[in-house]
Amino acid sequence: MRGYRALVSARFRALLQYRSAAIAGFGTQLFWGLIRIMIFEAFFLSSTLSQPMAQEDVITYIWLGQAFLVILPWNPDRELGQEIRSGGVSYELLRPLDLYFNWYSRSIALRTAPAMLRAIPMFIVAGLFFELQAPENFVAGLAFAASMVGMVMLSAAITSVLSISMMWTVSGDGITGLAPAVVAMFSGNIVPLPFFPDALQTVLRILPFSSLGDVQFRLYTGNLPVSELPLVFFHIFGWTLFFILLGRWMVARGVKRVVVQGG
Amino acid sequence: MTAPKVIVENLTKTYRVPERRPGLLGALVGVAKRNYRAIRAVDDISFTINEGELVGYIGPNGAGKSTTIKLISGILTPDSGTCEIDGLTPWSNRTAHVRRIGVVFGQRTQLWWDLPVIESFDLLRDIYAVDPDAYLKTRDELIDRLNIGSLVNTPVRLLSLGQRMRCDLVAALLHNPSILFLDEPTVGLDSVSKLAFRDFIREINAERNLTVILTTHDMDDIEALCKRVMVIGNGHILSDGSLSDLRKRISRDRHITVKISNPEFVTAGLESAVTVLQNGGQRVKLGFDPEVISASEVISKISSENEVRDLLVEDQPIEEIIAQMYEENAL
Repeated sequence: MRGYRALVSARFRALLQYRSAAIAGFGTQLFWGLIRIMIFEAFFLSSTLSQPMAQEDVITYIWLGQAFLVILPWNPDRELGQEIRSGGVSYELLRPLDLYFNWYSRSIALRTAPAMLRAIPMFIVAGLFFELQAPENFVAGLAFAASMVGMVMLSAAITSVLSISMMWTVSGDGITGLAPAVVAMFSGNIVPLPFFPDALQTVLRILPFSSLGDVQFRLYTGNLPVSELPLVFFHIFGWTLFFILLGRWMVARGVKRVVVQGG
Repeated sequence: MTAPKVIVENLTKTYRVPERRPGLLGALVGVAKRNYRAIRAVDDISFTINEGELVGYIGPNGAGKSTTIKLISGILTPDSGTCEIDGLTPWSNRTAHVRRIGVVFGQRTQLWWDLPVIESFDLLRDIYAVDPDAYLKTRDELIDRLNIGSLVNTPVRLLSLGQRMRCDLVAALLHNPSILFLDEPTVGLDSVSKLAFRDFIREINAERNLTVILTTHDMDDIEALCKRVMVIGNGHILSDGSLSDLRKRISRDRHITVKISNPEFVTAGLESAVTVLQNGGQRVKLGFDPEVISASEVISKISSENEVRDLLVEDQPIEEIIAQMYEENAL
């Protein structure tokens, strides 16, 4: 464990150096947040039907989504991709570490460090000026925090699968194009999941993506009662385990393919 | 007599390389059906290495050097054959095995590109689970000996190649390995760095009884460091023994370089016993076999007919011997 912890921490610190990317990302996500809120305000004004979420909850939900956007598994680890292409990954086998968890550690750092750089200013700005509310109550806040840890674990497991798939796809461009669309749509980052048609709700709940933001943000606002927490954790851990096992299976197969260069 | 440190028996590794057909049509066909060509990079290799030995492992590009190193360091799994190092099989006991080895690759660093050197060292301490006190002692001693004290707070990407190589050496030794693999470690180093590197390897080999396996294309590395040399070509071991044995086997020739004042070199009845390798007018290089004709006889005959200003007798350079060996085996 000590080695993996050290890897997460080292990678985390290295990623904190990307300040200009964080500033640019913060600006974009603030702008997008405002647009999404305007659309929902228009929607609430024009509709007389009762809605699955209160308007102020939707606003908070949107800001949380913007603040934690980069936790979503929307891209593979680019540096890992380069290592795979150059054959450098084989040298990772010289470490007394399990190759999968070595990469999973990298994924955890990749999903948390940039998110922290963006989330803190987003909370301050949106909290002060754009109606980002505090958690519904203390317990809801705790439930949110605990489920966010789960979100990072799940997202890192999916990110690892995306990264490892570059052992077969070479460039990873296809994944980088496809993953954000699927993930953003089904995690509620475009429209909060409760606004999807009723017929789809069960499917959306079962898919892994609902644990990538939607349930967390609804716990925060109180839209999802804290009593749902065991089910939420069951869902997160189940899918995390699935993606970890998938990733490990892929690594075991992929290493044989990659480690062939050199005379 | 203790058991050898490294026991390799009948190791074989074949790569399957996809072959692309030429042209657009070929590329399209290749999408549907790939042809593979089997390349036997390492073919039935056996050897043993004793604890504390410093072995040179040489061969032309593509001979199977790196593949052997990758096999015995645990990165690759062979098609067949066995390898035991301290009782462990590298590829099946990988994590236990790599804990006990240190590796330096001249072509790449094992340090983290964007971290200061010292943080890379700390990270390695945690990865190899080295006891913190022992780590501090080893680290400070190595930093001192390789004189990198002023570099340790610099990010690795800002180091020069020579500086990086010294830091990489420290990194490879922090966990006190019992075997050190050096893969072309002196590529691109300046002469001062090369000399310092060789001194350090020689010292550490003697002090710690550390087993060292060195692959290189630099024959000066081999001459300076290795009592034993293994030569590999086309996946086979062509020769295994001391450098002087290797010399004797390939060619017993000595070279003699003469500088003269007279305008034309006179061979003085040596034509049958001596071959003229280079004739630059007043600077002539000759080769002879000391079993056929003694050096003193060659020298006396030359000086009787020429005005000799300077004269140098030397072994045939190891570079040439190796090149000759590669050629003879059609590599």
